[in-house]
Amino acid sequence: MLLRAGDMAVLLAGAGGVVTLTLFAWGGDRGDTAVIRAAGQVIETTALTRAQTFSVNGPLGTTQIEIQPGRARIARDPSPRQLCVKQGWLTQSGQAALCLPNQVSLEIRGHRAAYDTLGY
Amino acid sequence: MTRSVIELPVSADDRRIARLAALAIGLTLAEAAIPSPLPGVKPGLANIVILLVLLQHGWRAAAWVSALRVVAGGLLFGSLFTPGFWLSAAGALVSLAVLALARHLPSRHFGPVSLSVLAAFGHIGGQLALASWWLLPSAALLKLLPVFAAAALIFGAVNGIIVARVLAAPAPDRRQSAPCIRP
Repeated sequence: MLLRAGDMAVLLAGAGGVVTLTLFAWGGDRGDTAVIRAAGQVIETTALTRAQTFSVNGPLGTTQIEIQPGRARIARDPSPRQLCVKQGWLTQSGQAALCLPNQVSLEIRGHRAAYDTLGY
Repeated sequence: MTRSVIELPVSADDRRIARLAALAIGLTLAEAAIPSPLPGVKPGLANIVILLVLLQHGWRAAAWVSALRVVAGGLLFGSLFTPGFWLSAAGALVSLAVLALARHLPSRHFGPVSLSVLAAFGHIGGQLALASWWLLPSAALLKLLPVFAAAALIFGAVNGIIVARVLAAPAPDRRQSAPCIRP
């Protein structure tokens, strides 16, 4: 007999260990708070619990930020290259979408900060 | 002038260990030809020999074969006393320590596959412990842990199944090498 009962247990425990390690090492930290800044000033800090939208005014026009449970994104922005819009939904702690021409930023935070500080 | 002759008595045990160690070294060399995307991820074919020795001739013989494999492998690769050699030695050491404990598991339930998987985890664990403590203290080895662990699980299971099959196969005449005719 190639595989005995204990062997199966060892293999299962090993597979469980690998999965745990994978989640631990690659899982990342899901964010639970969105921080919205305009011209460097925090204008809104909100939990990622319910769907809501914010409109923030900058030098170019209005940036629209959409928040849904567990994720947030820049929905519309007047900046010419649309980089922050193309970033799509942000979920992980430490992620940020910056609309530089309009001086608006959206940052996701978790229980513990991924970085001490971010300089833009 | 007196001729002094130093004669080292060679027991049958020594010959057997030397033969098995040669087998393990051969597998180590053959394995080095297999390309690997990540240093450290390799099948560990020599562990098949170590495990067979452990199950047939006991832990002491397995430790000898393992030590000879590491040192002779280092000589053949030209990596003796380099970091790679010490990583290999650390892996072999932890793996042997794990096997020393694991061989006392009840063999009714735990066969070669268990021993092989545990030894593989010991191997990579020993190497990573030394690497993270000595070579790459601040590097992101953590991010690679799942890859190493998955490789250890898969290769450990495959090697264990090979060992189980070799043990289960009937030995035709217990001969392990070509007959040696003495002049």
